[in-house]
Amino acid sequence: MADKKIKLTKADRFKVMWHSQFLQASWNYERMQNGGYAYSLIPALRKLYPKKEDMAAALQRHLVFFNVHPYLVSPILGVTLALEEDKANGAKVEDEAIQGVKVGMMGPLAGVGDPVFWYTVRPIVGALGASMAIQGNVLGPILFFVIWNVIRLAFMWYTQEFGYKAGSAITNDMSGGLLQKVTRGASMMGMFVLGSLIERWVNIKFTPIVSKTPVQKGGYIDWGSLPAGAKGIQQALIDQANGLSLTKFKVTTLQNNLDSLIPGLAGLLLTFLCMWLLKKKVSPILIIIAIFIVGVVLHVLHVL
Amino acid sequence: MNAIQMILVVIVAFLAGMEGILDQWEFHQPLVACTLIGLVTGNLVLGVILGGYLQMIALGWANIGAAVAPDAALASVASAIILVQSGQGTKGIGMATGIAMPLAVAGLFLTMIVRTISTGIVHIMDADAKRGDWRKINMWQWLDVCLQGLRIAIPAALLLAIPASQVRYWLGLMPAWLSDGMSIGGAMVVAVGYAMVINMMASREVWPFFAIGFALAAIKDLTLIALGAIGLALALMYLSLESKGGNGGSSNSDNDGTGDPLGDIIDDY
Repeated sequence: MADKKIKLTKADRFKVMWHSQFLQASWNYERMQNGGYAYSLIPALRKLYPKKEDMAAALQRHLVFFNVHPYLVSPILGVTLALEEDKANGAKVEDEAIQGVKVGMMGPLAGVGDPVFWYTVRPIVGALGASMAIQGNVLGPILFFVIWNVIRLAFMWYTQEFGYKAGSAITNDMSGGLLQKVTRGASMMGMFVLGSLIERWVNIKFTPIVSKTPVQKGGYIDWGSLPAGAKGIQQALIDQANGLSLTKFKVTTLQNNLDSLIPGLAGLLLTFLCMWLLKKKVSPILIIIAIFIVGVVLHVLHVL
Repeated sequence: MNAIQMILVVIVAFLAGMEGILDQWEFHQPLVACTLIGLVTGNLVLGVILGGYLQMIALGWANIGAAVAPDAALASVASAIILVQSGQGTKGIGMATGIAMPLAVAGLFLTMIVRTISTGIVHIMDADAKRGDWRKINMWQWLDVCLQGLRIAIPAALLLAIPASQVRYWLGLMPAWLSDGMSIGGAMVVAVGYAMVINMMASREVWPFFAIGFALAAIKDLTLIALGAIGLALALMYLSLESKGGNGGSSNSDNDGTGDPLGDIIDDY
């Protein structure tokens, strides 16, 4: 269509992408992201509809119920831009057509966004940053912030451009297997990472002592016969490095026993218990508070 | 804390509050929010460490539809302020994570209030739209996000108004068994976030991935990046083998049709 009078430039489209970061600012119980959707389109609508009544119609058209994942809105915005551009140029695009595209893309895309971004990318990047941060490494938060925002901005820009170029044809692709594949792939990787995170980070240490056995002579450091001064310390450290025990007794806690069986078992069982409770519609807040109480009580009883 | 630091803390709180709803730059994630509060108060490393611990707990918290997740923004901002004021250093981190949890709940109610106010605001937007007044819509959108910012900034300012000596006195009343117990509880609470995520994602198809991840994580030499790479590779292999080996129609549902050629042979017997 070479005869288009008004064309959205790259800069216009970039402004829309930038605006769409405020999609959820007026999130409300009635129509959810409707205000944000209209707000995101404003830079483009201003260019497309210089006449006030056209602008009013367009704004009202986009203030209807809308809800999707805040990043997956980008391909929808892209398609909407393509349609609105055609409409502004006199093509016959019914309001219902625009509405239909929006609603048609909303459902499937919202289902992709949550598992991909909230349940795979953020836990992975977050855990990566957090595991560094716990050791006091400032790189942890910086890495998290940079990686996350690069992924996010790149995703929003390129999918919006993709939507804009594909136009309404995109709805045909939506039912195709690609989206479903991405979602399933993300769930697989997400579950893998969750499995490893639970093993590493749900820390439960049972302190009760199961056994206390004397170590054979020569198996422990004989503190009495060490040379005096720095030499003695050196000898002790060498002995320890050679695997000698520090004390005459080998103490085995309940945790040592569990670890030789399945490391992280307690954390895994606790996670399953939480899943079961959540499925029984117990509020997560209640579970969190209960776990704190259990932690304090068991600590006082010297179990943990 | 001097006046400039206090103002900076309130600004960080405001950003976290805005992001708590926008979910874009992630200023509300503990890792970022606690670090920034540590930075502006001159306790950078302390903030980083607290952020790391809280982030582990909050990994599974997400804004999705009707599901109510605890509010990470208020939890991280307020607990970081309390930790800094307490002057306990890294020793106080267990205590701070414990305090963060009830705050996460309190934050939820504040979000609900703002979201209800927003319902009124979109009706004003409707009226503006009728007049084609896009400037007003822009303005209301900004105002609304500022309300979300104030949701965290005001509690942060109130917390700052309590003198540090008072905070220290109150925390000093807390016996050691309670704060130690809370640290232990904090380490376990992580499980709730993971459980929420698993409940959302789990299907029969993906459980084996969970099992492999759990087993491999016991090898402490594997870094998180290595684990992520293994997970990604496994998922890619699974999907590509499925499209090659599946005898058609196997990719349409989550449960049936594994696309496993061996399984097909066994089925044929």
